[in-house]
Amino acid sequence: MKRIRAIAGFAYDFVIGDDWRVAAVVVAALALTALAVHVADLNAWWLPPVAVLAALGWSLRRAVGGRKP
Amino acid sequence: MTALPLVLTVFVACAVEAVEALTIVLAAGLTRQWRSTILGLVAALVVLAAVIAVLGPTITRLPLGALRLVVGALLAVFGLQWLRKAILRGAGFKALHDEAGAYLREVAAAEAAPTLAKRGVSDWYAFTLSFKGVLLEGLEVVFIVITFGASQRDVGAAVLGAAIAVTVVTATGIAVRAPLARVPENAMKFAVGIMLTSFGTFWGAEGAGASWPGNDAALLVGVPVVALVSLGYTVALRRRARRGSRGRPAAGAHQPEEVTSP
Repeated sequence: MKRIRAIAGFAYDFVIGDDWRVAAVVVAALALTALAVHVADLNAWWLPPVAVLAALGWSLRRAVGGRKP
Repeated sequence: MTALPLVLTVFVACAVEAVEALTIVLAAGLTRQWRSTILGLVAALVVLAAVIAVLGPTITRLPLGALRLVVGALLAVFGLQWLRKAILRGAGFKALHDEAGAYLREVAAAEAAPTLAKRGVSDWYAFTLSFKGVLLEGLEVVFIVITFGASQRDVGAAVLGAAIAVTVVTATGIAVRAPLARVPENAMKFAVGIMLTSFGTFWGAEGAGASWPGNDAALLVGVPVVALVSLGYTVALRRRARRGSRGRPAAGAHQPEEVTSP
């Protein structure tokens, strides 16, 4: 059990890293794009790049917060 | 699309990780015992090659749409991790990776550890230090090789990029016999982060069913846009750091970091 937890923790750190919100935004953006394309017939190619760059900015802002270097 | 961006991205990513692995291998080899260190290195390379040999062909068999959706999401998340850290380091909010410092810390730990023979290996500490260092640094490269290679249906080209990088770094390491402290690691990680994020976003959107204007040519715009926005974030954070640290010593930027962190 301890070993499984350690492997799961390593996998989480490896793929998700320091900010899970970034991963959540990427997944949500791709899901919304799929919905837009397949349900609303809207070619929302612009949605993932906008979401990804916004998520990066948001994550950086959260990382530095009120922190000084 | 040509295989050049694939080979170059894997080459740079692999070179950065190989430099970090070389630091650990040198620390183990020069302070402990070369035979056990090289055994650890070879064992880790065998494990990494096995992972590529098993997962590479399996992933390539998946339908391209589903593959690009899953791999695109993974690559974008992974690339954003690299980019985020590179920007924070470039702006001074996170310590730059210091190979010389990492080497000295590894040497100090290696000198203090007792020699113990185990499972036919004469120096178990040197073996495990080398094995773990190469395996951990190599796993990120394997991840990039498999995901990037599979999405372009060209795992062979990705393996080629990785093999060239390992050869170049190993040859340089043998010639210099010291950690490669002058390699611009953060700039290389920044570049890899841009490529992984751009390609991941491109493939993820395609996998979700969207069509890019200009098809593959959209990447010629996408990559520079991600690079420019990332540079913009770095400049903005640097300005913020300068405003914040005026008249105050920069403390956080000089803290040592883990040797195995990406």
